[in-house]
Amino acid sequence: MSQHSDYTLAELMITAASDAWRGDGEILASGIGVIPRLGASLAKLTHTPELLMTDSEAFLVEEPIPLGPRGDFEPRYAGYMGFERVFECVWGGRRHAMIGPTQIDRFGQTNLSVIGSYEKPKAAMLGVRGLPGNSINHANSMLVPSHNPRVFVAGEVDMVSGVGYNRARWGEGVKADFVDLRRIITDLCVMDFGGPDHAVRVISLHPGVTLEQVQAATGFPLLAIANLAETRAPSQEELVIIRRLDPHDMRAAQIKGNPPANRAAL
Amino acid sequence: MNKEMTLAAVAGRIKSGMTIGIGGWGPRRKPMAIVREILRSDVTDLTVVAYGGPEVGMLCAAGKVKKLVFGFVTMDAIPLEPFYRKAREAGMLELMELDEGMLEWGLRAAGMRLPFLPTRCGLATDVLAKNPEIKTIASPYDDGEVLLAMPALELDVALLHVNDADRWGNTLITGRDAYFDALFARAAKESFVSCERLQDKFSLTASEAKANLFERYLVTGVVHAPGGAHPTLNNPDYGWDLAHMKTYAAAATEDGGWEAYRARYIAGGEEAYRHEAGLPARLLDLQHPVF
Repeated sequence: MSQHSDYTLAELMITAASDAWRGDGEILASGIGVIPRLGASLAKLTHTPELLMTDSEAFLVEEPIPLGPRGDFEPRYAGYMGFERVFECVWGGRRHAMIGPTQIDRFGQTNLSVIGSYEKPKAAMLGVRGLPGNSINHANSMLVPSHNPRVFVAGEVDMVSGVGYNRARWGEGVKADFVDLRRIITDLCVMDFGGPDHAVRVISLHPGVTLEQVQAATGFPLLAIANLAETRAPSQEELVIIRRLDPHDMRAAQIKGNPPANRAAL
Repeated sequence: MNKEMTLAAVAGRIKSGMTIGIGGWGPRRKPMAIVREILRSDVTDLTVVAYGGPEVGMLCAAGKVKKLVFGFVTMDAIPLEPFYRKAREAGMLELMELDEGMLEWGLRAAGMRLPFLPTRCGLATDVLAKNPEIKTIASPYDDGEVLLAMPALELDVALLHVNDADRWGNTLITGRDAYFDALFARAAKESFVSCERLQDKFSLTASEAKANLFERYLVTGVVHAPGGAHPTLNNPDYGWDLAHMKTYAAAATEDGGWEAYRARYIAGGEEAYRHEAGLPARLLDLQHPVF
């Protein structure tokens, strides 16, 4: 077992992200962003080798591609997965994506479009992108690098881009059967939607974090599982793989100040 | 048969109030030379349908856009497109904000001459709430499921950039991803295609010909515009010009920034653009981005 001081919070979050894909089998694992991508790659290289993965562009790979400039590394491909194929995959449901939405609400609804009013927003972001289709068709997890009430909002998100478990949004006859919100990995904890009516629950706390601290940073009431424990530490094997997949240490820039996993020890 | 046209002739076919679809994806294989020619024209009130990149920001900055039909606007390496943001935050644009797949479905419906195609994408989100013109429909079969009826996105004109073309209007997209260019062409009354290399008439091997992704009867005109996707990427020919996109993005932080960018790069015509942007020599230095 590693000591908490041996690895960073980002590395802990990468292993927690990896666990989100554990046991998913032959589906497309899409980790968008540095931590989700490293998490998906780690999952494929350790506990769930059956996962399909792309080069983050257009080709399928069986050997996850290291991040950033590759030197002499020549990616080799196992197949093709351009955007049109990804859409087909989405609609068939054989995918588990992890992205970082700008806002998340108690229903798991997500926002990537605008903050503030729709007509004259305070801040325009990307647009809804693929969130409506992803969220209603296949498994989704979320990555939040800074757990705070501006992300985990009190009411609904400002522009519902990805669906959630808000019954009021589901009209008569609309099929919610494929909605499958899995995990939320933040810089404080790991959560899921396993409470009554898919309520958000804390399922593990990162070292040195209290449930009270997580609740104070969340705009809606949280549940917690019984016997709430610490988030699993990365193994030495996992740390070696993470460091090999991220030779330029892009993960160091993902969490402000790149703290060690156990911030209480600072 | 000779469909070769000049950039000016293509821009002349774009009329105020038209609905134009633009191929490519974000900062990838955008028909920028044609877009710049539109920026030089007095066309206005356009409805722009796109998987948006810097072309959307530039058309917004120039006041050409009445309505935007889109799933996103981004330059990837610069995630937030600054001139789109300005126009969006000022409340200047009419919007049809769509899931990426809904946009594809709308183009497909138009290409198949259908009024709509059913999908689950967009249900239970504000995409439906903010677009009251988009309706739902109940399955006529026993399941009775209620689906979103994505309306056809009929285009007056599609604008595309490809790697190779011939004067008959045959085209090749040899890059890693063809995006949805073929569907834009099918959804449009007329398509205008710029290209890196133009031949009289293709004489291809079978494997080369597989990069022909839509038929020449969809193509009204072809323009020889080497580097015509710059500053967006057009693999395998060149990568994106991040330095140029940064210069463009920085302009959004300055008063009169767009006017200065326009004066330097757009106003003088495409030859002047090529000179100011360092084309064609610079294209050789633009590495394919590493993802």
